[in-house]
Amino acid sequence: MIKIENLHKSYKMGSNSLHVLKGINFSVEEGELVAIMGSSGSGKSTLLNILGMLDGLDEGSYILDGVPIKDLNETKAANYRNKFLGFIFQSFNLINYKNAMENVALPLYYQKVGRKERQDKALKYLEQVGLKDWATHLPSELSGGQKQRVAIARAMAAEPKVLLADEPTGALDSTTSYEVMDLIQKINDEGNTILVVTHEPDIADMCKRIVHLKDGVIVEDKKVKQVRASQYV
Amino acid sequence: MFDIERWQEIFDTIRKNKLRTFLTGLSVASGIFILVILLGFGQGMQNGIAAEFKEDAATSLWVWPRRTSLEYNGLNPGRRIQLKNDNFETITTTLNSDFEKASMLYFPRDVQVVYNNDLLVYNVAGTNGDLQTIENEFLTEGRYINETDVRENAKVVVISNKIKREVFADLETPIGEYLTISGAGFRIIGVFGEHGKQENEEERMFIPITTAQLTFNGADNINNMNFMLPELDSFDEMVAENTKFTDQLMRFLKQKHNIAPEDDRAIRIWNPIQEAERYYSLGKGIEIFFWGVGFFTIIAGVVSVSNIMLIVVKERTREIGIRKALGAQPWSIIGMIMHEAIFVTAIAGFTGLIFSMGLLEIVGPHVEVDYVLNPSVNFNVAVSTVLLLIIAGTLAGFFPAWKAVKVQVIEALRDE
Repeated sequence: MIKIENLHKSYKMGSNSLHVLKGINFSVEEGELVAIMGSSGSGKSTLLNILGMLDGLDEGSYILDGVPIKDLNETKAANYRNKFLGFIFQSFNLINYKNAMENVALPLYYQKVGRKERQDKALKYLEQVGLKDWATHLPSELSGGQKQRVAIARAMAAEPKVLLADEPTGALDSTTSYEVMDLIQKINDEGNTILVVTHEPDIADMCKRIVHLKDGVIVEDKKVKQVRASQYV
Repeated sequence: MFDIERWQEIFDTIRKNKLRTFLTGLSVASGIFILVILLGFGQGMQNGIAAEFKEDAATSLWVWPRRTSLEYNGLNPGRRIQLKNDNFETITTTLNSDFEKASMLYFPRDVQVVYNNDLLVYNVAGTNGDLQTIENEFLTEGRYINETDVRENAKVVVISNKIKREVFADLETPIGEYLTISGAGFRIIGVFGEHGKQENEEERMFIPITTAQLTFNGADNINNMNFMLPELDSFDEMVAENTKFTDQLMRFLKQKHNIAPEDDRAIRIWNPIQEAERYYSLGKGIEIFFWGVGFFTIIAGVVSVSNIMLIVVKERTREIGIRKALGAQPWSIIGMIMHEAIFVTAIAGFTGLIFSMGLLEIVGPHVEVDYVLNPSVNFNVAVSTVLLLIIAGTLAGFFPAWKAVKVQVIEALRDE
């Protein structure tokens, strides 16, 4: 599904150049649930940005579902993002003046899906995350966990190849975190490929594989026995 | 533009952001409202000033004789000069200058005007039709003296508004009534008025010059000659043309009447172009002033509309990031923001325009202040102004939107 070879990325800070990713080799099969761990400054967010086509790479190759991702202009990147990727953010990033259903339907708008179908699909995904009754509520009327579930439904709505979650539980208390992880595990059980960036070991343990980044290189890449979140819920 | 999904998305956004939309619209509408009112009053002031100075036609000149002051060719000083019909004819036919209008005046003496056995104390003057333009008189009723009247020595008279008011107040119209002027019946054919406050010039009534000379033993004497030169593009040209014509006229009349060339007191020429010069420069100044005011008001409007758009786009940076992450094309985001901006500013702008123009239309004609007359605004100017503001607002919205779209999604999402 994802294949990265010899990935380098550096940022220019004035006259200095900050080498953030120093040759990453990494691949993800379909249906995997991968945790990317590392302390801040280890390059995990940069890696996620590159995977999410939100940032370009300097050197190396990136192949997503057989498509080489290179020489992206804004339009192409937008197309790929829309087709291949679903994002889940730490701060949810729902549009505050749109209700839950409209937020979930938004990626479908950019896939040029008709209004009626958008609403039907959005309701379906809201039901999956258990928030069908909250469809007409604005984000401000939802709790943090509910917001993140709406965000997950939104990421799912586009039916992406890969879900990228950037600290999805970072803004949540532990009970809610486990609920969200439970949902992510269930989505993964259906065969979706998911990458989770986290710095919390208990969250990482709920994935099937943990990749440790340190100073821009992968220091550890191991399969783990998945801890089911449902037992804590 | 006709993408129905886009419209739905925009209406959604507008409906859910009523306050923002309302405030944006309000500032655009009030900006345009103020701008149009200001432009309107600028125009009103120009109208008002023009009206204050709108008396005799500015390019006219008046010629009348006095007594000579210098001895010449054996003739004593103090000799009275009498202008004749043929002086006028020579000037109009042979003097090489193209004037638009020319008239002569003859003032018969010891004239008695009687109506219904009442003796009226007004002056009578013989003239021809061109005087109306030269004196800048307007007609309230009937017609002025015309060439046929002059040719046929018609016994007709044109009276002033003042005479109509003072003598014929009981009648619906004085037209067709007969005045007895020194025993002869003259039919009233028209009523004229003077612009501005020159009521003293309304003390007169006019009859055809030929009739006047014939009836009152005037022979071929005339008291006054008036000429009106064409209005030229530049004021300087007009002054030059005027001076040239005056010189020719003077030389001819002095030669004809045996007046010393250096005798400046025998023939008088009143030349209001010198007064007009002040009016012209004032008018020009005022026009420039109001163009300046209008220009800077538009600039202020552009700045404030741009400001609003900047803030609106800034406020939406995060939303732009989210939309981008969800796979929105950069141009679709810019298009959506612009579309909404144009829609809101256009609606608000034309609302402001309609209100302000309505106000000017209703209040304008009733404004009675010195130097402000019928404030109004040219519809095309107003519409262009609104369009200009919309374009400015759009451009002002475009650049921050462009910048916001170019910002990395991650950074846009961090924007709180």
